[in-house]
Amino acid sequence: MNPTYTNKEMMALAAGRLVGDGDILFAGTGLSMLAATVAKRIHAPEAVVFFETGGIDPALDELPLAVADPRVMSGTSLNSGLIEAFAILAHRRLRTISFLGAAQIDAFGNINSTCLGDYQRPKVRFPGSGGACDAMSLAHAVILFMQHERKRFVEKLDYQTSPGWLTGGNARQEAGFQRGGPMAVVTNLGVLRFDEQTKRMYLDECFPGVTPQEVADNTSFALDISRAGQSAPPSQAELTALREQVDPQRLILGPLPA
Amino acid sequence: MSQRNSKSKLMSAPEAVSRFVKDGDLVALGGFTVSRNPMTLAREIIRQGKKDLHLAVHSQGQAMDLLVGAGCVRRLEIAYGGTGRFAPTCIRFRQAVQKGLIEIEDYSNFQMSLRFLAGSLNLPFIPCRSGVGSDILEKWGFSQELRAGQDKLPLHKALVSPNPFSPQQEPVVFLPALSPDLALVHVQQASADGIARIKGLKFLDQEQVRAASRVIVSCEEVVPAEFLRQDPDQNAFPPFLVDAVVHAPLGAHPTACHLFYDYDPRHLNMYRQQAGADESFQQYLKDWVHDVPDQETYLGQVGAVDLTRIRANTQLGYAPGLDRR
Repeated sequence: MNPTYTNKEMMALAAGRLVGDGDILFAGTGLSMLAATVAKRIHAPEAVVFFETGGIDPALDELPLAVADPRVMSGTSLNSGLIEAFAILAHRRLRTISFLGAAQIDAFGNINSTCLGDYQRPKVRFPGSGGACDAMSLAHAVILFMQHERKRFVEKLDYQTSPGWLTGGNARQEAGFQRGGPMAVVTNLGVLRFDEQTKRMYLDECFPGVTPQEVADNTSFALDISRAGQSAPPSQAELTALREQVDPQRLILGPLPA
Repeated sequence: MSQRNSKSKLMSAPEAVSRFVKDGDLVALGGFTVSRNPMTLAREIIRQGKKDLHLAVHSQGQAMDLLVGAGCVRRLEIAYGGTGRFAPTCIRFRQAVQKGLIEIEDYSNFQMSLRFLAGSLNLPFIPCRSGVGSDILEKWGFSQELRAGQDKLPLHKALVSPNPFSPQQEPVVFLPALSPDLALVHVQQASADGIARIKGLKFLDQEQVRAASRVIVSCEEVVPAEFLRQDPDQNAFPPFLVDAVVHAPLGAHPTACHLFYDYDPRHLNMYRQQAGADESFQQYLKDWVHDVPDQETYLGQVGAVDLTRIRANTQLGYAPGLDRR
């Protein structure tokens, strides 16, 4: 059967399904914007989106293309600044969920968004942490977006921008973090989670049409695929909300499926 | 009504830059990625050939990239260099780092925010819980030797130390305060004596201004001080922190200025094209900086059609339906 949805649509919806009603969502741009917004439209109307720039709960009638886009300042409950936004991210009572992407990830969900190669003279330079290191340090939980490729799912990061489960087990707690850590990694192949005890990544769900072996083959480190189930394909309601309400211009979704 | 010191600090961009920007200055840039970058001031700094600047920014886009690309910057402390979808990593910034043309030090956004906050309060350092176990703390861009010989650099990038107030003694990050020589910010409204009003998100502009020794404010509108004093809850910082006020309509273009104009997708896409190679970037600098003596000429070159296209809806604050591809 021909696919009737794209990878990006599946990723946005899979991540959106992880959002709880009432969660406080620390959103970046790109897929995280779509995931947060579609979740609000479908099953989590009480979820609140905010941005590290200080825009709290904007109307989002149009999709922002950056966290400083004037579209994050419109119809908000509060326009503030970075200090105020990080106070919400770190707030002890709130279930703040952050969405992040990265260039590289390791088996314990530590991520690199800074550079490839040597830090002083990198082969490729990326934008840097922005608020990623802070979200991974302070949020209640983090959902990561990745393209699933061997060069991105690596044994050792070129640069550890943001702390995930560090070396696994209790390492995160011992490093002084009071909560948080990555809860899931959503890729173009499926959804991965972290073992309760070891904090090592395992495959939780394959997207329709993807085999667990395919996921393992695209991962440089050893990956537990024994627990893998199947993700439900997008429902018509999910696709309609995503396409007609969230990103009608397809600024982030890109071309429709062929 | 009481007597007020209402000395005018209004001056042209060339005068403000020549009087208050010095080679080697540690400079904070206001705004954030695609919003309220102090572009008129950045272009004037390039025209005047200022050099060896040490930029300190949280998340910066166009102003940082232009200054780096034009060779004005020797040293950069930064959390993020990008303009969203237009350049996920700022292009000249990326090239400068990859070629080793600038000295760079990475922090996170919260860390940079706290460093400016500490600077603004004249605190020596400030603790946080962000970044333990990360290479942001492990890998230093500025070496210990460089730091030892530089009064503008703290001796350490950061330190991790047990929380002295907690029985658990858990690790805590200590960050050095940041007190720039100069802050450049672009705001919606200012009075001639320097009261400033920022609409929409304030980002880190207030902390940056309060931490800096000198401040240049460019603004969309110069309005009477009496008007700003009628609703002071709306004002961002008091006039006595400000050294120069520059009237610069569309002074953040091609980045956005809430309630006045959106970012300019056509210009940002053109910039991305031209910034990719050295030769075409030099042509961009010639066409859009060196051959453009002032803001009016610049706006004439952008053209009425594009400026109208990005004009903000006064209720929404941005340009609804703008083609942003």
